[in-house]
Amino acid sequence: MALQSLDIKARSATTTQSPAARKTTEVAKLIDISKCIGCKACQAACMEWNDLRDDIGHNVGVYDNPHDLSDQSWTVMRFSEVEVEQGRLEWLIRKDGCMHCADPGCLKACPSPGAIVQYSNGIVDFHEENCIGCGYCITGCPFNIPRISKKDHKAYKCTLCSDRVGVGLEPACVKTCPTGAIVFGSKADMIHHAEGRITDLKERGYSNAALYDPKGVGGTHVMYVLQHGDKPELYANLPKDPGISPLVGLWKGVTKPLMNLGLGLAVFAGFFHYVTAGPKEVEEEEKTD
Amino acid sequence: MSKPIQRYTARERSNHWVVAIAFILAGLSGLALFHPAFFFLTNLFGGGPWTRILHPFIGVVMFLFFMAMAARFWRFNHFTAADRQWMARIGDVIRNRDQGLPEIGKYNAGQKYLFWTMVVSIPLLLLSGIVIWQPWFAPYFPIWLLRAAVVVHALTAWIMILGIIVHVYAAIWVKGSVRAMTRGTVSEAWAKHHHRAWYREMTGK
Repeated sequence: MALQSLDIKARSATTTQSPAARKTTEVAKLIDISKCIGCKACQAACMEWNDLRDDIGHNVGVYDNPHDLSDQSWTVMRFSEVEVEQGRLEWLIRKDGCMHCADPGCLKACPSPGAIVQYSNGIVDFHEENCIGCGYCITGCPFNIPRISKKDHKAYKCTLCSDRVGVGLEPACVKTCPTGAIVFGSKADMIHHAEGRITDLKERGYSNAALYDPKGVGGTHVMYVLQHGDKPELYANLPKDPGISPLVGLWKGVTKPLMNLGLGLAVFAGFFHYVTAGPKEVEEEEKTD
Repeated sequence: MSKPIQRYTARERSNHWVVAIAFILAGLSGLALFHPAFFFLTNLFGGGPWTRILHPFIGVVMFLFFMAMAARFWRFNHFTAADRQWMARIGDVIRNRDQGLPEIGKYNAGQKYLFWTMVVSIPLLLLSGIVIWQPWFAPYFPIWLLRAAVVVHALTAWIMILGIIVHVYAAIWVKGSVRAMTRGTVSEAWAKHHHRAWYREMTGK
């Protein structure tokens, strides 16, 4: 979803700074899993606002519908039946989608200038018109979010409704949520709101209730209130300590500029060898040694 | 004027140049996606998506023709005692002090190292390339393998490009070499000076 903006903080495959004159408030979406009833209104609102319609799938006996994220489904409710304690079944429903990391692995991995941008409000957005379809964002993402369309071979994911947020509206999923499980505002406000919810949950016996705002990716702009904050993996394998894979870091960090330097040095070494040592020439009729 | 000596047949030369052209195209399109400094190279291939589409096919052409070429030259690339002596004097070779170098066959140790580097690199590039090939094959591999393959692909390509920079420079540096791959022949003096054992084999002198 492209949005012309002064408020771009980081841009994929760009080695110089983005315009930084203006600053915007850092925003966040807070998903309180303890309030979610799994109605999928957020999925419907996402489809409606973004004009998307996934193919009709097959029922394989689980509530997850569609089964997975796709170019058409930017958010999916993931249902987990877990027995946290013996004999106490809990149904944990996590709204899955892009976490809008402060340190986005997708943006770091992307080779195409401006195909992925991060706004100063924290939203990470794909600009599909610059996407070349290489799939590197998939290797960079610690949450397994971007999906390549089978139709146009471009990568898609949740935009956090950057087009709505840009004009002062909340994301479509937030607007539609009937239980108030999804709220939106400044990141500071959302952390404050979460603290109140966590206190409440602790009073109700969820002693490990916690905010999910993982530091490994610099924090996220989609955060969860988890009843079992000590075991995020209960929630359809939400990673406990997500981070950009060291392989992606290795490959996108200082290594590549150094490798460029190496290639340049090799060419210069050849040139200067030629102008100092000179070519290796043999006389046409060389005497035998 | 002594008679030129045949070093490469027309088929061998064509094979070499198919690999060389494919290498240049794969190299330029690959560098375009390797680092933003080279992204402008996508313009040579019709833009970013076309670069992504074409690069793997060019790579497959390079692999197939390289394997054919490797099969042709395999038997000339086994290391010998003379190669080890030559390698021990690599400093003199680089300073153009060639007096008293051991008699070597069709290829010297440097050429043989390049050959084996390519024999290892090109299949590795093919395998790692298939793993990350969008949209055809990448969706079938686990994410950890994709992440590893991207690193292997970039590192191997880098080693290969470095090797080819040396290869091209050596051809420019050692006068009389380029015609071996363009016309197919080298002068008797060239053969006698650089590849004496091969010269004896070819001429019986």
